[in-house]
Amino acid sequence: MPNDLLRLSGLTKAYPGVVANDDVSFDIREGEIHALLGENGAGKSTLVKMIYGLVTPDKGTMALHGAPYAPSEPSDARKAGVAMVFQHFSLFNALDVAENVALGMENPPPRRDLARRIRDVSETYGLPLDPARIVGTLSAGERQRVEIIRCLLQNPRLLIMDEPTSVLTPQEVEILFETLRKLKSEGTAILYISHKLEEIRTLCDHATVLRLGKKVATCTPSETTARAMAEMMIGASFAAPAPKTKTPGDVLLRVDSLTMPAPAAFGTPLRDISFELRAGEVLGVGGVAGNGQDELLQSLSGERPPPRGTIWVKGVDVSRDGPVARRAAGFLSAPEERLGHAAAPDMSLTENAVLTAGLREGLVRNGLINWRHADAFAQGVIDRFDVRTPGTHVAARALSGGNLQKFVIGREVAQNPDILVVNQPTWGVDAAAAAAIRQALLDLATEGTAILVISQDLDELMQIADRFGALNEGRLSELKPVGQLTMEEIGLMMGGAHDMEVAHVAD
Amino acid sequence: MIRLEKRPQPSKTWTVATPILAVVLTMIFGGIMFGLIGTSPVEAIRTIFWDPLFHPQFANFSRPQLLVKAGPLILIAIGLSIGFRAGIWNIGAEGQYIMGAIVGAAAGLALYPMESALILPLMIVAGALGGWAWAMIPGLLKVKFGTNEILVSLMLVYVAENILASVSSGVLRNPEGMGFPGSRNLAQWSSSQNLDLIPGTGMHLGVLSAFIAVILAYVLLTRHIQGFNIRLSGQAPRAAKFAGVAPARIILFCLGMAGALAGMAGLFEVTGPAGQVSIDFGSGYGFTAIIVAFLGRLHPVGILLAGLLMALTYIGGELAQLMLGVPGASIQLFQGMLLFFLLGVDVLTNYRVRFGAGEVA
Repeated sequence: MPNDLLRLSGLTKAYPGVVANDDVSFDIREGEIHALLGENGAGKSTLVKMIYGLVTPDKGTMALHGAPYAPSEPSDARKAGVAMVFQHFSLFNALDVAENVALGMENPPPRRDLARRIRDVSETYGLPLDPARIVGTLSAGERQRVEIIRCLLQNPRLLIMDEPTSVLTPQEVEILFETLRKLKSEGTAILYISHKLEEIRTLCDHATVLRLGKKVATCTPSETTARAMAEMMIGASFAAPAPKTKTPGDVLLRVDSLTMPAPAAFGTPLRDISFELRAGEVLGVGGVAGNGQDELLQSLSGERPPPRGTIWVKGVDVSRDGPVARRAAGFLSAPEERLGHAAAPDMSLTENAVLTAGLREGLVRNGLINWRHADAFAQGVIDRFDVRTPGTHVAARALSGGNLQKFVIGREVAQNPDILVVNQPTWGVDAAAAAAIRQALLDLATEGTAILVISQDLDELMQIADRFGALNEGRLSELKPVGQLTMEEIGLMMGGAHDMEVAHVAD
Repeated sequence: MIRLEKRPQPSKTWTVATPILAVVLTMIFGGIMFGLIGTSPVEAIRTIFWDPLFHPQFANFSRPQLLVKAGPLILIAIGLSIGFRAGIWNIGAEGQYIMGAIVGAAAGLALYPMESALILPLMIVAGALGGWAWAMIPGLLKVKFGTNEILVSLMLVYVAENILASVSSGVLRNPEGMGFPGSRNLAQWSSSQNLDLIPGTGMHLGVLSAFIAVILAYVLLTRHIQGFNIRLSGQAPRAAKFAGVAPARIILFCLGMAGALAGMAGLFEVTGPAGQVSIDFGSGYGFTAIIVAFLGRLHPVGILLAGLLMALTYIGGELAQLMLGVPGASIQLFQGMLLFFLLGVDVLTNYRVRFGAGEVA
C-alpha cells in the first residue's frame, strides 16, 4: 500500500477581497497521479504555489513524508524534492537547451556533464531532446520537455504540472503520458492540474475538485464521467452549445496564396495559405502554438498588411488596408492576448470600447469622441455578455481573464461583423464563460456572419466549427468537415509529434 | 517591514496628492540642504515660495515676471507632454525653441524696417515652422531608420546652440550694433514687438498662447480621437496597432507639435522679454519644461500649475541668491530635488504601501 507523500491540512490563503483557498485538505500518495480540478479562479494556482513555496499560507500545515513542510521559497521546495513545470515556460529563446537547464539550477555541473545527464534523462523517460539545440527553434512540445527535464534532474518526489497539455498535439500528449506513467511506476507522485477532463480520466488515479477556493469533491476519474466532473467543477449543469444546422451562404472572405516573411527572429512565416469562408460558416483552425497563429491573425486584422491580391472581402481586395478600413468593410478580429493587444490595460472599459468600435458604432464624429455613446456601448457589451465588473470606468487590467475575454469578444460581436476572426477565444477562461463565448460565436454565425476561430483547444473547435484545418509551420492543411475527422487525422494535420519515431520509453 | 502592493487601478486621490507631497518633501529636504550650507531653512523657503508673490518691496516686480517665465515653460511643456503621453521622448525642446526664435526673427528682420501689422503674425508662423522643422529631423530619422529620438533630439540642441552663436555674430548681427554680436532689438521695433497685452502684468502674447494651448491640449487629450490614439500608443503600443493607429503618424504629429510650440515660445521670447537674438539667448526653458511636464502629471491643467510653480522657484531662487547669498548651484539642486521627489512618490499612484510583516509573494 503506498504511503502518504504530502498531506495538506486546512490550507487557507486570503487576498484582499478574495479567499483563494479556504480550509483545503487532501493527501497525495507516493506513486500516484493526482488531478487538481477546478475552473479558473477556483484556487488551483494559489494552492500549488503554496506547495512550491511561492506563497505562504495564512493558516494550515503541510507535511512531507510525515515531517512538517513549510517552504518559504521555491529553492526550499526543490531541496525537499518538489518540482514544478509551469504552464508558461520560462526559457530564453536565444540560449541552447543545456544553458537553459543550467540557469534553473543552484549549482550547475560543468557543461559536458550536464549535457550527458540531459541525454540520460531524456532517453530514460522517452523525451528526445538535443542539449545543443537553441530553444528558439524548438516546438512548444520540445520546450515543455526542457522544463520537464530541468525538473527531473533534481530527482523529485513530487512533480507539479500546470496544464501541461494545452500546447501539445495529441501525439505529443501520448508521449508525455508515457513519461508520466513511467515516473509514477518509479514512485514519483504527480500533481496534475488541468481542465481537460478526458485526459484526467485516462491518466489520473485520484482527483480533488476545487470550487471558489474550497475543496468540494474527490473522485476516482476512471470511474466518473467527464460531464459529472465538469458539474462538480462549476457546481451546476451547463448548457452544451446548440447543434449546428445551417447551409453556408456566399463567400465573404477569400484568402489567396497568403505568404509573408516572419515578423521577428523567432516568429513564423506564413506559407501559401488559401481558403474561403462563407456566410454563416465557422471555420476552425487548430495547431500547436507558434505555428503561425499570431501571424495569421495579424495579417487578417490588418496590423501587418500582406501583399496585394491575397485577402478579398466580398470580392474586394483589402490586402493593403489597415485595421480601420477593414473594420469599415465589416471585417473584425479579436487577438489572443487580451491585455496589451486586444485591450489597453490601464484604460477604462469605455475607452477600450472606443479602441475598436469607434467607427462602426458612431462613437467618433468629426474626430471628437462621444463619451456618452461610448459608455452606453460598453455598458451594452457588459450587460449582454455578463461581464462581471463594478462599471465601465474600471481599468481593463482590473478584470479577471475570463471577464475581460468576454468583454473583448463581446465588443466585436456587438458590432455585428460580416466576418469575424478570433484567436484563442476561450484561452484561460472558466467553463461557464467559455460556453457563453462559444454560444455567442455560434449565434453570430446563425445570423450570417462568417467566423474564423483559431484555437489550440481541439475540443472547442470540434464543438463549434463546421470545417477544420490546422496550421503547421505557417502552412494551412487541407480543410475538412468536422463530422468526419478522427483524432488521429487531426494529429497528422497538425504535423504529428515531433521526433515521434524516436520516442520510445526505455524499459 | 514595508511592502508595496499594486493597486487594481491608479488611485485618483494620489494622482492629485503626489505633486503636493513632492513639493512638501522638497521644502523639507531643501530646507535641510539650506541649513547645511548655513542659511536659515525657513527664511530660504520663504524667500523662494512666498516673497516673490507677497514681499512688499519685490512683489510688484516679480509677480509679472512669474507669467513671463511661466509662459514659455507651459507652452513648451504642453507640446512635450503630448509626445510623452505617446511614449515619444523629445528632450530637444531647447533646440526647437532656439531654432524657432532664429527662424522667426530672421523672417521679421528680412522685412526691416517696414512697418506692418502683419509682420508679427508672420514671425509667429515662421517661428513655429522653425521649431517644427527642427523636430522633424529626429522624427523622420526615427520613422525611416528607427533611430532613438532621445539622442537625436538632444544632440540637435547643441547644433542649434552653435547655429545661434553663428547667426548672432553673422547674418543676423545688428549692422548698427558697432560690431557687437546680437541682432537688432525686436522688442523696440513696433512691427515685431511682443508687448504686455495689459501693461505691467507680464501678460504678453506668448503667455496668452500658453493658456490657449492648455485648453486645446485638454480638448485634444480628452475628447479627440487623435488624443485618444496618442494615449493608446503610449500605454499599449500593440493595442494601438490593433486599433489601426499608424505609429509613424503619431511620432511625426507629436514631435512636430512639440517643435512648433517650442518654436513659438522661442519667437515670443525673442520679440519680448529677450528682445534680440544673441549668443546667450538659450535659457534652458526647453529642459526645464521637461520637469514642468512631469510635475504637471502630463495633464494640461497640471502643467499650467506646474509651470507657475516652476517659475516661482526660478524667481524665488534668484531672489534667494540676491537676498541670502546662497549659491546658484543650490537653487538648481533644489529644483532637481523637486523632480526627484516627484518621480519617487509617483509610485503611490499605482501602489499601496503596507506596513507590517507580509507574505512572500
